[in-house]
Amino acid sequence: MWTWFYRLASPPYVYRIAAAFAPWLLGVAGALIVYGLIDGLAFAPRDYQQGDAFRIIYVHVPASSLSVMAYTLMAVAAAIGLIWRIKVAYAVAAAVAPIGASFTLLTLVTGSLWGKPMWGTYWAWDPRLTSELILLFLYFGVMSLRAAFEDPNRGDRAAALLAIVGVVNVPIIHFSVVWWNSLHQGATILKLGKPQIDASMALPLYAMLLGFLLFFGGVLCLRLRGEVLNRERQASWVREAVKS
Amino acid sequence: MSIGTGAALSLLLRRELCLSFRRPDQLLQPLVFFLIVTTLFPLALSPELTLLREMSPGVLWVAALLASLLSMDGLFRGDAEDGTLEQLALSGQSLGVVVVAKTFAHWLVSGAALVLVSPLVATALAIPVEAFPIMMLSLALGTLTLSWLGAIGAGLTVGLRRGSVLLSLIVLPLAMPLLIFGANATDRAIGGESAAGALYFLAALCVFTSSLAPLAATAALRITLE
Amino acid sequence: MNGGGGFWAMGGYARFVWPCFALALGVLFWNLWSARRHHAQALRRAERALAMAGREGR
Repeated sequence: MWTWFYRLASPPYVYRIAAAFAPWLLGVAGALIVYGLIDGLAFAPRDYQQGDAFRIIYVHVPASSLSVMAYTLMAVAAAIGLIWRIKVAYAVAAAVAPIGASFTLLTLVTGSLWGKPMWGTYWAWDPRLTSELILLFLYFGVMSLRAAFEDPNRGDRAAALLAIVGVVNVPIIHFSVVWWNSLHQGATILKLGKPQIDASMALPLYAMLLGFLLFFGGVLCLRLRGEVLNRERQASWVREAVKS
Repeated sequence: MSIGTGAALSLLLRRELCLSFRRPDQLLQPLVFFLIVTTLFPLALSPELTLLREMSPGVLWVAALLASLLSMDGLFRGDAEDGTLEQLALSGQSLGVVVVAKTFAHWLVSGAALVLVSPLVATALAIPVEAFPIMMLSLALGTLTLSWLGAIGAGLTVGLRRGSVLLSLIVLPLAMPLLIFGANATDRAIGGESAAGALYFLAALCVFTSSLAPLAATAALRITLE
Repeated sequence: MNGGGGFWAMGGYARFVWPCFALALGVLFWNLWSARRHHAQALRRAERALAMAGREGR
């Protein structure tokens, strides 16, 4: 029963199935995102308070959910790599990082652009945006640390440790930032979250959430192939894989 | 012949303190940095005391953070470069004892020293004397937590060439909670309100970090040393 | 549904809404492009490593 699990630790196996999964994940993701965009932009009724600006939710919320999910996945992969010494796990962690960071950046910019019409300012030290900014710093830290080592194995392990330390701190950081922000209420009124959501508004949001998630999976498969190759350059299976 | 953990700890601690005091200029540098950075803010903003008092918790804490980080890079680097660290790792004593001894010694000469110097800086920032006890307590807890976080960062970056900037980059996001609560505790003390909530959280953070960080820092050293 | 200038005007918020969606699409395409480029580079490096190993008579 566990053979599928053991096979996931095998680089050539992962290299092959990632190639098989990617097009399906990306295809379904594409369909969902296209639907979500059309429905969200053209057909969902405009919000009573925020007007058409609320439509930014359709990219902001999926991006922010994914940015946090990706960091968690990176930390879990890092832990698996450190505990069981599975190289594929390190490859996953390395592949996730830039994808997660790009979604974090997207969250920040869309949050900022949403903030301007809502709060009158491009940047506000609202707890969610601030936590998201700190998350971006954590991503950069992990990526920079991995890149700073000449020995990629050592870099993988150091970055893995940092990712785990970071993920432990994420709830603490979030709590601290929310607490800090609540002290200074009145600076911003932070309803950047979902407005009164009803089905016609919610459906495209769920589509976008699922679409982004599947897209993440697909891109991860693509990136993972490169990461696995880089860590297995000398292995014999690579000879066959490179020819095909 | 092997000695117990407690004996090893105190031996290593004494060694670290001895080595530190042999270079008194190295001890003073972070403190001087602390003073200089604090001076920058009134120069950049305003000499007006009421304005300074408003900003003072933030200025104090940011300066303390930066000054502590400055010396963190040297935590393991000296011993790593001349091979002592490897010898200690091979010695049969657990590497964790080495990490704890070094980090605590480092805190004693930098963080604790900062706490002692803080009344001077506080006066320059127009912080009332009544706020000093809470300010110093919060700084003590905060700098200790920061020393532990810095130990993790130092362990991860010890072999790297431009490790010190990367160390700060890694440690600063993790240090933001203690900055928030430390500055808040000081702020409430200045305003005469109870700082208990913030202090409890700082203490909790300190205990949490002090218990887990040694494990992480030791693991980091093992990764970078082998 | 179509108030204040029609679909493209987004009720006056066009200069906030459209850049968001454009950026979102940009990030999605960047991820695709970057992942493929990364894989291509990895393949090239693997080919070079194999060629060098071949020349060394392994």
